[in-house]
Amino acid sequence: MNIINLLKIAFKALNNNKMRCFLTMLGVIIGVGAVITMLAIGEGSKASIKSQISEMGSNMIMIMPGSEQRGGVRQSKDDMQSLKPSDYEVLKENAKLLSYITPSVSSQGQWINGNNNYPSQVQGVNSEYLDIRQRHISDGQMFTEQDVKSAAKVCVLGKTLVDNLFPNGESPIGCVVRFGKIPMTVIGVLEPKGYNTMGQDQDDLALVPYTTVMKRILAIDYLQGINASAISEEQSMAAMEEVSEILRSSHKLRATDADDFQVLSMQELSDMISATSSMMTLLLAAVAGISLLVGGIGIMNIMIVSVTERTREIGLRMSIGAKGRDIMMQFLIEAIIISVTGGLLGITLGGLATWAVSAIANWPVRIDAFSVILSFAVCTFIGILFGFYPAAKASKLDPIEAIRYE
Amino acid sequence: MAKEIIKIENLRRNFKVGSEVVKALRGVTFSICEGEFVTIMGSSGSGKSTLLNTIGCLDTPTSGGYFLDGVDVKSMGKNERARLRNRKIGFIFQNYNLLPKTTAIENVELPLLYNSSISAKERLSRAKEALEAVGLGDRMMHKSNQMSGGQQQRVAIARALVNDPVIILADEATGNLDTRTSFSILTLFQKLHRAGRTIIFVTHNPEIAQYSSRNIVLRDGKIVSDTYNDSIRSAQEVYESLPEEND
Repeated sequence: MNIINLLKIAFKALNNNKMRCFLTMLGVIIGVGAVITMLAIGEGSKASIKSQISEMGSNMIMIMPGSEQRGGVRQSKDDMQSLKPSDYEVLKENAKLLSYITPSVSSQGQWINGNNNYPSQVQGVNSEYLDIRQRHISDGQMFTEQDVKSAAKVCVLGKTLVDNLFPNGESPIGCVVRFGKIPMTVIGVLEPKGYNTMGQDQDDLALVPYTTVMKRILAIDYLQGINASAISEEQSMAAMEEVSEILRSSHKLRATDADDFQVLSMQELSDMISATSSMMTLLLAAVAGISLLVGGIGIMNIMIVSVTERTREIGLRMSIGAKGRDIMMQFLIEAIIISVTGGLLGITLGGLATWAVSAIANWPVRIDAFSVILSFAVCTFIGILFGFYPAAKASKLDPIEAIRYE
Repeated sequence: MAKEIIKIENLRRNFKVGSEVVKALRGVTFSICEGEFVTIMGSSGSGKSTLLNTIGCLDTPTSGGYFLDGVDVKSMGKNERARLRNRKIGFIFQNYNLLPKTTAIENVELPLLYNSSISAKERLSRAKEALEAVGLGDRMMHKSNQMSGGQQQRVAIARALVNDPVIILADEATGNLDTRTSFSILTLFQKLHRAGRTIIFVTHNPEIAQYSSRNIVLRDGKIVSDTYNDSIRSAQEVYESLPEEND
């Protein structure tokens, strides 16, 4: 018996029981819809966390001086002076997994422009800072390697600082402002970035060559930290190990010595947050999956009832020449039609629900092609799985008994 | 001599019920030739249902031989027998067994659906032909639950004719019908018989034997009489003599 005839027979049978067929489908529709919506919400929040972290520079690696014991007293790491400009040089020269690297020294102080002043921080870096933190210059330019070498008194201001020092909206480029007592020429303005996930104003800072901060502001010969970015997010871990190795050998640490520096990466933070949100997604999907399973059991239940109810029909079909296989295929196809149609409607419902969630509750959502394909595949599989038993039961009926079944 | 459609030799069929063996058929031998209208009679428990199931290739004998249209059925598997039923046998049941909520024409098409060598177009034209042959040319699109018992049985007969079977097996085909409708159905059987069809009509109603060409009586799994009827009564005459219901 060919497949077109089988489909025709199955459609006919379902058509004869529209209401029951729809109610059976409803289980699958709700199941698939729930799976799609839950996955969309989970994926959406994961994606939004990820994008926030990657805005901060997801492949960023921070190297800080480590705490150390001196005469039994554990020192605060701010007092440590174990990172030197030479460490920066060594890393820049030897680290192959780092794409950008900048020393980092910072200080707090009052910025003054005529009658206006504002307390902010000064961040001593080199020009690669922009690439590491994914910042851009909106006006003017970044300072150069030459400015770094000469410890030039130039600065690039963040938006918050510009707003407070130049309240009348005039262009700050070329103006001379003071940090404490040190005059500095404004050569550029950073593109605003707003607040980060932790609620910090990312525009409340000024970038200055790190040499300027070290020599002219803090008068120190060590670095407070080194920031770098790995060549890719995946390579972050390897890059961290590489940094450790290079620093240990340049610091001449013995194998038994503890690190006198710390290497941290955004990747770790990112992994932690996305692991949590993956877990949530999985949990939500599992709950939704259970409802899909219940929907599948609903199909089996109805198919068993249907086989019993249609025993005489099965007997008749067999007596006029249907083989066991034909009967089995008929019922299996009915189950698959229910689950596949339910699946398609469920995907539509899931799409609508997802849209409603994002429109009404304003949650970040994202429907993955993967989640659609997965839930569709699962419900087709469920149709086959739960349709198989009743179909096999139908195909094994004895036509002699079936035809006289009351 | 006409072609032998059915040849049964020393047919036995035993059933195991618990530890007991029930002998439903105890050595039945007969042949049916093309164009015969045979009634098989017997009270309940006589083995007539078992015989019908065997002739209809639904059941296989425990021993003995059964040849349908020259084919040895006994050695056939389940699927082969299903195919044989589809191509060579037309079944008619006491309770019609039409598919519910399905039109007459779709019901009649059903056997042809299980024959993949027949195209959709041919299926439709053959179903129409069969319905016209039973006098339901004007009710093709009626659903089975919108028809009277007699009409439903006519649809069932059309369904049995549609695959052009070598034999028509009727199991108490008039059992559920009132007298007048019974005779109209019997008239239809006689018409088919005159057109050359081979019919086996199983019944426990001894009256019907008067309208067939041959009568086989079973008792306790054995044939007790096998008589040819030289003076077949016309069912149509009886039908016409019966008053139409008008109370």
